[in-house]
Amino acid sequence: MNKKILKRFDSLRLEGEKARSNVIRPGSTIIQVGSATCENAAGAREIREEFRKHIASSGRADIVLHDVGCTGRCSLEPIVGILRPGERPVKYQQVSREGVHRIFTDHVLHGQPVAELILDGTQKSGSRYEILFCRGERCGNLAARGLQARLRERLEQRGVGADVVAVQGVNFADMCVGESKFQGGHFLVRPGNHLYRVASDADLERFIDEHLLADRPVQELIVQEQPIGQNFFELYGDISFFNRQSRIALRNSGIIDPTSLPEYLNAGGFHSLARVLAAGDPDGVIAELSASKLRGRGGGGFPTGSKWQMARKEPGGEKYIICNADEGDPGAFMDRSMLEGDPFSVVEGMIIGGFAIGASRGFFYVRAEYPLAIERIENALAACRKHGLLGEDILGSGFSFDLEIRLGAGAFVCGEETALIHSIEGERGQPRIRPPYPSQSGLWGKPTVINNVETFANVPVILEHGAEWFRHIGSDKSGGTKVFALAGKVNHTGLVEVPIGTTLREIIMEIGGGCPKGKRFKAVQTGGPAGGCIPATHADLAVDYDTLTAMGTIMGSGGMIVMDEDDCMVDIAKFFMKFSADESCGKCTPCREGSKRMLEILERITAGEGREDDIAKLERLGLLMKRTSLCGLGRAAANPVLSTLRHYREEYAAHITEHRCPAKRCAALVRYSILADKCVGCTACARNCPANCIAGAAKKPHAIDPERCIKCGRCFRVCRFGAVERN
Amino acid sequence: MKPEKILKRYGRSGDNLLAILHDIQDASPEHYLSDADLRSAADYLRLPYSFVHGVASFYTMYSLKPRGRNLIRVCQSPPCHLLGSSTISRELIKVLGVGFGETTADRLFTLEMTSCLGVCGVAPAMMVNDRVYGNLTAERIAGIIDDLRRAQ
Repeated sequence: MNKKILKRFDSLRLEGEKARSNVIRPGSTIIQVGSATCENAAGAREIREEFRKHIASSGRADIVLHDVGCTGRCSLEPIVGILRPGERPVKYQQVSREGVHRIFTDHVLHGQPVAELILDGTQKSGSRYEILFCRGERCGNLAARGLQARLRERLEQRGVGADVVAVQGVNFADMCVGESKFQGGHFLVRPGNHLYRVASDADLERFIDEHLLADRPVQELIVQEQPIGQNFFELYGDISFFNRQSRIALRNSGIIDPTSLPEYLNAGGFHSLARVLAAGDPDGVIAELSASKLRGRGGGGFPTGSKWQMARKEPGGEKYIICNADEGDPGAFMDRSMLEGDPFSVVEGMIIGGFAIGASRGFFYVRAEYPLAIERIENALAACRKHGLLGEDILGSGFSFDLEIRLGAGAFVCGEETALIHSIEGERGQPRIRPPYPSQSGLWGKPTVINNVETFANVPVILEHGAEWFRHIGSDKSGGTKVFALAGKVNHTGLVEVPIGTTLREIIMEIGGGCPKGKRFKAVQTGGPAGGCIPATHADLAVDYDTLTAMGTIMGSGGMIVMDEDDCMVDIAKFFMKFSADESCGKCTPCREGSKRMLEILERITAGEGREDDIAKLERLGLLMKRTSLCGLGRAAANPVLSTLRHYREEYAAHITEHRCPAKRCAALVRYSILADKCVGCTACARNCPANCIAGAAKKPHAIDPERCIKCGRCFRVCRFGAVERN
Repeated sequence: MKPEKILKRYGRSGDNLLAILHDIQDASPEHYLSDADLRSAADYLRLPYSFVHGVASFYTMYSLKPRGRNLIRVCQSPPCHLLGSSTISRELIKVLGVGFGETTADRLFTLEMTSCLGVCGVAPAMMVNDRVYGNLTAERIAGIIDDLRRAQ
């Protein structure tokens, strides 16, 4: 162990602490505003400016505006957090300019939270204390469940009511897994953020007597070490969307200022790097990663430790490490969020990777559609160089390593690793045949490791808390958590990070809140255009790389597009096939021609012109593409079609033989008509018809001219009498 | 900045081609790569013109024909589609008076589609130059375009 390196790191951390406390002095009131692309797009820029003006005119130096990344609660952005010293943090949703004024005067200045703007309507109870009790659902710690019930009983017996304390059950998957043999429970008490570990009824009594009734926290029962997700829970633990998640890769998103190195250091950042460099044992790093069962988060799920090992044992001096941030799957945005919300963790993971495989140069390959992410990485790299965390002789260890940014230019196929390499080399982003794999011969023919953003973000945490801890969180074959991007017909769109092996039902129905407007959940598309659909009947599937593959889909980068009863599976398959046909690079024939022909068949099926043998043709072409395409894009392009054929063959058949779209989505197969006995002649449909094809006198039944109808469905939606029929 | 000046900031190594093309296009008031631009990049990097043209036409973010001062890119990913991006597109076509891939007569706006912008939580979305607008409704479009016109 090289003590000099650790000492140098400690002084860097102290320096950071000083720098941070100059910005946020103890005792300040902090106003947190999200500053990611999604937040800005929802209006966070204006909100920030408005708060700035309010702070300036109040003349108060102890009110600080703090930019943070995005928490992943996208549909309710912009989100604002108010942290008054000694009080529970409060988050507000969909804050407008008027909202800023109220929050600032009522809450920031006078300590009265604005109840109706609070995120998800939490904290209305008004109790003095709040207890977030881990239910132990994921780790199966039954003792935790028993203790929670007994705490409630005892509170009731003692007459401690809702004015004093509110108890909520949550999932803290990462809080105690390291101590799986511990039979007891954990809970977080706010304000004050004390994490308790209790094992007996006597412990509960002590907690009630001393902490709740006499306001004296019981030091002996308080956990001293800080679990990884604690910062996040302290801020967001009262919100059910968040407290069922386990934030590991997203541990700092929405908590720290992504542009500030001191804040990252303060959150424990770069400690792993310092320890790795001090230990000076690259093989040890790789062994630890292998033992953690971390698998590639970009889609393939290849064990990260094995990939690094392969590159490490290749002979030769020059090697490269690349972060694949060419996030192109429609509906996936976790990489953008991580790079905008916590870029330093990815940088740290890459430096450790560089050290482990023996590289001195690394690259971020980022899509040019993400200008803010690029800016945040540039800022992070500059800060690291300035403080000796990148460049020559990092932390005095003798290890030299630097990172550069390379921009994509709008080509989905560049997410494929060999195409990505060609793009960095300055060529058209076209893939080539593997082997040789990039770990043997990659960028400029040198051994190259390519990992996804999320994979790198996990690396520092694994080395900090140990492989055993990380492996315990996931399933048998894959350790840790996965970040999913929930989008489409789901109530809570956003980022959800849960242990691998969590069921679809928990992700979509419980955390995601199910489908809007009470519609029935029909299916979910995972893995983007390379994945497939899983029907709602399989909602109890534990999500893992292998279980998804067995269902005919893939984990992919973690996009989940939720569909309800109104969505047509043939139409969805057509959408993804169009995407793949557009993005096919054209190099190999099966993909270039296959995707085009499959799209033609799907187009004619949805137009009501399907032929008897079309299903057989789709299957033959799909399998052909799967077996013979050059790269992953072509091999997986048929998945959306093949998986919907597997689960929804009858929908295809209805389109072809009965010329009917069961979901009533395919315009060519839908007919609108007006039921004369229900129509009161209100003229709403006729006034809204963009094609002017509805006729009828006021207060008399109307009629649609089927020849001129463009089937936009507007009449169906505006009719308040159920008189417009859709067949 | 003149293309010659941009070229000088880079070494004569082929892997700089994409970055050079990005910079030249960003510096061009018409946001595009002219034939002369491609030729000067090819000469500077000692690459065949056909190769440079091949790269520039492969990637969708490079344009080989002149565009307007502001690039409006509407996200065409499924989450935006499910939440009504086609209404936004129709409104933009109406307000600007041009279709996708076209530029307004005053050369102020070019309307384009883009692949997923990764802001699915605030869908439907569009990007104007480097700024992303989310939670769009047809009613907001005219106001946004007016603001952009005034900012010129």
